[in-house]
Amino acid sequence: MSSDTKKVLFGPIINNNPITLQVLGVCSALAVSNSMANALVMSLAVMMVTAFSSMFISMIRNQIPSSVRIIVQMAIIASLVIVVDQVLKAFSYQLSKELSVYVGLIITNCIVMGRAEAFAMKEKPLVSFLDGIGNGLGYGAVLLTVAFFRELLGFGRLFGVEILPLIQNDGWYQANGLLVLPFSSFFVIGMIIWAVRTKKPEQVEKD
Amino acid sequence: MSNSSHKSKETFSRTLIFVFIICLVCAALVSVSAISLKPLQKANRLLDQHTKILEAAGLSDVADKNGVDATFAKFVTAKFVNLATGDFTTGDHETYNERTDARDTAKSSAVKDTKVGLRRRADKAVIYLVKNDQGSINSVVLPIVGMGLWDIMYGYVGLEADLNTAKRVVYYDLKETPGLGAEVQNPKWKAKWKGKKMFDDKHNIAIQIVKGGAKKGDIHGVDALSGATLTSRGVNRTIHFWLGDEGYGPFIAKFGGKLNNGGLN
Repeated sequence: MSSDTKKVLFGPIINNNPITLQVLGVCSALAVSNSMANALVMSLAVMMVTAFSSMFISMIRNQIPSSVRIIVQMAIIASLVIVVDQVLKAFSYQLSKELSVYVGLIITNCIVMGRAEAFAMKEKPLVSFLDGIGNGLGYGAVLLTVAFFRELLGFGRLFGVEILPLIQNDGWYQANGLLVLPFSSFFVIGMIIWAVRTKKPEQVEKD
Repeated sequence: MSNSSHKSKETFSRTLIFVFIICLVCAALVSVSAISLKPLQKANRLLDQHTKILEAAGLSDVADKNGVDATFAKFVTAKFVNLATGDFTTGDHETYNERTDARDTAKSSAVKDTKVGLRRRADKAVIYLVKNDQGSINSVVLPIVGMGLWDIMYGYVGLEADLNTAKRVVYYDLKETPGLGAEVQNPKWKAKWKGKKMFDDKHNIAIQIVKGGAKKGDIHGVDALSGATLTSRGVNRTIHFWLGDEGYGPFIAKFGGKLNNGGLN
């Protein structure tokens, strides 16, 4: 693997993370990060949509009339999201029930649109595909980290398996109700951004 | 890119044709995936529904061992009930959908009890008679619908054949807060219903969800969910509505304690 490919694929995990550096796609990161299983499926769904939409858009990038390019990108992204939603309903019914509207809302996830407009419109299909996978990985890394804290401290579980026995199940752990609610992700994401930027001061925006 | 090709890309007709082709391709992609996956999705929905019905009847263990489909086919019979009269009636439960019926003014009635949060309810309901190994009916699963804190919650209440003793209350579609209201799905809470009596000796609805916890030995009291007062209240109102005159009240009055003796075909 050449260093360029590596950069495209793994760069978005920390160095150029769509959530912590570009601050895109935060909305869905709040909503579906209350359990590891949800976060994992959501990350995979976003990864698939970003990768394939970037690839398809890149394939026709020289044909798209620039006056309608956003609409064309939206049409492609929306179609792929519907396909992903249908596949989830067919093969993972329970999870699709829990993710409910949020799969559909991938359409409005700024990461997908952002990568299409900023990357796929200029680059070749294969590298655009990898860029999509990479950004999906970056999104997934943040989502899973947030979900780790929220599920562990909010429910005492990880992937549905009880780690900290809850008081209501005759254990000792009093679940933190704050972390169950979506907005608590702001705190966790904030902490992650703080940690990353302490380690990598070059990510801090200049005043 | 040369200037001329840039210009040729931007003509009105070319843009129109391009957009048209994109729409066609996208539409084809979406329809193919939706239609080809439909049978699987329908099977999933049914499997989920059957799992919940068996759980409400207290047959989860059997279903885990022998498979949901086999258990359901062996023990469960779906029957239509006319809610106003309480009599059994006919219908095709394969295609029946209470949610579309409840919207159809010809097939539904306005709800008088406004507390349950429903405007209309379907005139018919599909109930599930569950047999035991000997072939006599030992539980009945009734679908229930009612407002929680955030939205309408859909579930089943499983009763023993006397139509008085509760088995389980199982919700399958809800949008309550995870960790608080959504704890109605906690197995520990669902198990609290087992053995509770819905009615008192005078046939009045007596079941009550008690905030702060039911007293020990209270056969009509179920502990409320801590931190979810409004969801608990919603469940309480839902159960009261469906056991009452607008719900299965007439059916229960007619068939309570009479389902065992082969009064049914």
